[in-house]
Amino acid sequence: MLRFAGRRVGFVLLTIILSSVIIFSATQILPGDVASMVLGRFASDEAKATLRHELGLDRPLVVQYASWLGDFVQGDWGNSISTKTEVRPLVFDRLRASAVLGGVAFLFYVPTGILLGLIAALRRNTWVDQTISVGSLIFIGLPEFVSGVILISIFSIRLGWLPSQSTIDPGTGFIESFPKLILPAITVALTTLAYVVRMTRSSTVDVLQTDYVRTANLKGLPPYRVLFTHVLRNSLLPTVTVVAIGIGWLLGGLIITESVFSYPGIGRLLLFSIQRRDLPLIQATALLIVLIYSFSNLLADVLYAVLNPRIRYR
Amino acid sequence: MPGDVTSTAAVPVLEVEGLSIEYQTERGALQAVRDVSLVVNCHESFGIVGESGSGKSTLVMGAIRYLASNGRVTAGSVRLNGVELVGMSRRQLRSLWGSSIGVVYQSPLSSLNPSIQIGRQIAEVARLHLGMGRGAAMDRVAEMLAKVAMPDPEAVIRRYPHQLSGGMLQRCVIAMALMTDPALLILDEPTTALDVTTQAVVLDLVADLKREFDSAIVYITHDLGVVTKICDRVGVMYAGEFAEQAPLRELFGRPLHPYTLDLLGCVPHFDRSPEKRSLVTIPGAIPRLDELPHGCIFAPRCSFVEDACRAARPPLVDVDGGGHLSACRRWRIVPTPAEYLRETTEQLGEREKSSCEAEETSCEAEALVEIDDIRTYFKGPTIGTLPGRRQQAVIRAVDGVSLTVKEGQTLGVVGESGSGKTTIARAIIGLTPATSGEIRLAGERLEPTTGRRQRSVLREIQMVFQNPDASLNPTRTVGDAVSRPLVLLRGMGRSEASEKAKELLQAVSLPKGYSQRLPNELSGGEKQRVAIARAFAAEPDLILCDEPISSLDVSVQGSLMNLLMKLQIEQRTSYVFISHDLSAVQHLSDTIAVVYLGRVMELGDAIAVLTPPFHPYTEALVSAVPVADPDVKQTPIRLSGSVPSAMNIPTGCRFHPRCPRNLGDICREQEPPWRHGEGGHRIYCHIPLDELTHLQADTLVLAPDRTEV
Repeated sequence: MLRFAGRRVGFVLLTIILSSVIIFSATQILPGDVASMVLGRFASDEAKATLRHELGLDRPLVVQYASWLGDFVQGDWGNSISTKTEVRPLVFDRLRASAVLGGVAFLFYVPTGILLGLIAALRRNTWVDQTISVGSLIFIGLPEFVSGVILISIFSIRLGWLPSQSTIDPGTGFIESFPKLILPAITVALTTLAYVVRMTRSSTVDVLQTDYVRTANLKGLPPYRVLFTHVLRNSLLPTVTVVAIGIGWLLGGLIITESVFSYPGIGRLLLFSIQRRDLPLIQATALLIVLIYSFSNLLADVLYAVLNPRIRYR
Repeated sequence: MPGDVTSTAAVPVLEVEGLSIEYQTERGALQAVRDVSLVVNCHESFGIVGESGSGKSTLVMGAIRYLASNGRVTAGSVRLNGVELVGMSRRQLRSLWGSSIGVVYQSPLSSLNPSIQIGRQIAEVARLHLGMGRGAAMDRVAEMLAKVAMPDPEAVIRRYPHQLSGGMLQRCVIAMALMTDPALLILDEPTTALDVTTQAVVLDLVADLKREFDSAIVYITHDLGVVTKICDRVGVMYAGEFAEQAPLRELFGRPLHPYTLDLLGCVPHFDRSPEKRSLVTIPGAIPRLDELPHGCIFAPRCSFVEDACRAARPPLVDVDGGGHLSACRRWRIVPTPAEYLRETTEQLGEREKSSCEAEETSCEAEALVEIDDIRTYFKGPTIGTLPGRRQQAVIRAVDGVSLTVKEGQTLGVVGESGSGKTTIARAIIGLTPATSGEIRLAGERLEPTTGRRQRSVLREIQMVFQNPDASLNPTRTVGDAVSRPLVLLRGMGRSEASEKAKELLQAVSLPKGYSQRLPNELSGGEKQRVAIARAFAAEPDLILCDEPISSLDVSVQGSLMNLLMKLQIEQRTSYVFISHDLSAVQHLSDTIAVVYLGRVMELGDAIAVLTPPFHPYTEALVSAVPVADPDVKQTPIRLSGSVPSAMNIPTGCRFHPRCPRNLGDICREQEPPWRHGEGGHRIYCHIPLDELTHLQADTLVLAPDRTEV
């Protein structure tokens, strides 16, 4: 088990290092020049050169990369070029906001998804199953900027129940800001929800047809005990993996959804920083997203191993 | 003893009367079981024998009211200890399932929940039906596991299913079924997934438990041999009805239904006669449930049919007033098995009396393939965690095998799973190259891999695989599959090849129109015929048959064995016939090699291998094979444990840890010598041959009439 986890952690570290190289190189080929962005188009070449020197942009790329990564690991994420403030508190502030939104979405889609998946499996090939399955297929196909806009047009514009914009001032409490979270949370959740439903349904259908479920039934166990003791334990295994990997997808969804609802999260921060060519901010945000994505995958692998005795200790 | 009818007054436990079961399918409602009756008494075991599609499992699962959602009981009555089950609510049924009715299934590994410890799974039954607490239930589990002769029950309780071997798991399932001392114990092909030596141990266990517990047993199987070990009465099912029900010995000695007679005739028996005989074949196939014939359902395939048989469906009646039931109108004219075999089977050839040594000049047949000390090693997993001390394990799948295949003859290779028999075949054909050693075809050394072999050499060796589903391309027609080797290896033109393919399909008794069909339109037996036709298309000198009949029904097995023998005689092709089934190997082969853990243990002609002296491993196999003849006497010689891993081969004689005749230190420390008997018969053992002969006089006593037929 330890060896298994150790190997996984090794792969994750490798992924992160490779990603950091890619992020760093990508920011180098991003069109536009930082100095002109900061100083304006009419600044003298001399002034631009001075600024580049101050920012260390005239050093060789390898040196820039090494010092950037070293600083990042030590917690010095540099200063944002556009806001002139430290990157770290800014990113963490937005990350916290995104985590709140993601958390609300997560708490909504995981139980709902599993429940709907189970219902579809237990009532398989009936109209209930078909409704759930077709419904979830539609949501897999709908991108967030479409489903978000549809939700806004129904619940904000037509019905007027919920706000269409989710701009939240710093310092607002969770309870007060909750109504503003509902629509973006649902938007983010819908895609991943569909995956959870489909995975739960298909693995539960498989498990219900196994010989050991027949054994359990012919022991005379009542249906709810067959379901809870024998079915769920095995059928939720693949779902757990989908849920953990889903944390990564959630992040992708957040970037788009936050723009649709003007929600002050990490996704909007990333977009903002790209528009401003704010290199330190782009690098920190992107790398942080990589970190979260990688660790959610690691979590999926380890959880799967812990829950499945067959691949334990290998 | 199996076969004895209990003398005490028979108390019926299970009474099934006029039961009919229907499945709703796309083709409409199918009557899978029609108007079936049977009675099983206390302490009695009733065997239900039938080929696939005969409805045997449907009957039993329907009787205990556990059917798939599209199945339902449409008529009849089922009483368990006098209580009617038909019409019972689901809740009432649940109180019987697991308490009055215990079930043991075919595949023990898939029947247990992979993620729950075994003890907890068994304890569930005690907690549910006996109202025991967690602790008491666990104690009872340990007690039950001890009763099924489980070594170290306390440890097994905490194991997960994947950590135990098949035989061990089946004991756990049996223990689970017997927890509540059920009135009815159902065994549904409980040994089919196990190796033959493990099967023998499990069958012994069931026979022991039968005496100890008060259950009535229903034993479902396709294997006529297995029923002779366990059952008192046997019912033969055909297409959803019983053809015959009789006490065990009567059914085998004097069957009164032509289908039973045919079934008995298509199973190969051990025999020590020098002639090769064909087996009985049943023409046609089991009728589809939506196209049942109007009269007797067996009439279209029956050799005793007359017009009146087709007029109305004959009922199953007690023909002699003594419990022998037959559904044949003409039961009076059904001949005895011996007579029937003499009339319907023919002699196909002589077995080679003895496989001769290479230096003898009197040798009739020339050696076609010589396998000289081949080894096939695979890389295993790395063992050990410390970087400096890690070791790459080596899997020694084939570990020094030398064999000879003679022209126009069959070499049988027999052994349990994991013995390396398939790897030997793959080394010969070049799919998995041997790591060392040499293989010669007609004196010429063969390159180890197919890629480096000449096209003409490729043509000379062909293979028939176990699973015809996987070895035929599902998108190519049967004609295509057979003409491919003709174009590729014999350089024929397209039209010539397709003509020749049609001929070949006819040679394997497939109707003409079949060349345009796709594999999924064929039955398992028909697909295997196509595979055989494809192998013969190249006009090879050697065909490797890797378990070609194992996944098929007994009647289909019989006809395929006949086909293989017939084609061999016509074409003078040599076969290597690989199987775990010693009776089939013995039936087809001239020479037999018994392999264990990658090495040959015994080699000799087909008669010598079945006659003492035996290698102790062969002896165990011979004793474990369920022979479909209650008159054959086998001394129970059982092997402990299971085949060790090929990564960790025991020292000395590799069979010593399981050998019932282990001599101690010498077997553990030294490789045994080859001991040579008459006519090239060789045994790899420390015990001298005359001593083995003396010890093994009673191991296998064949019924007198078998050797003469």
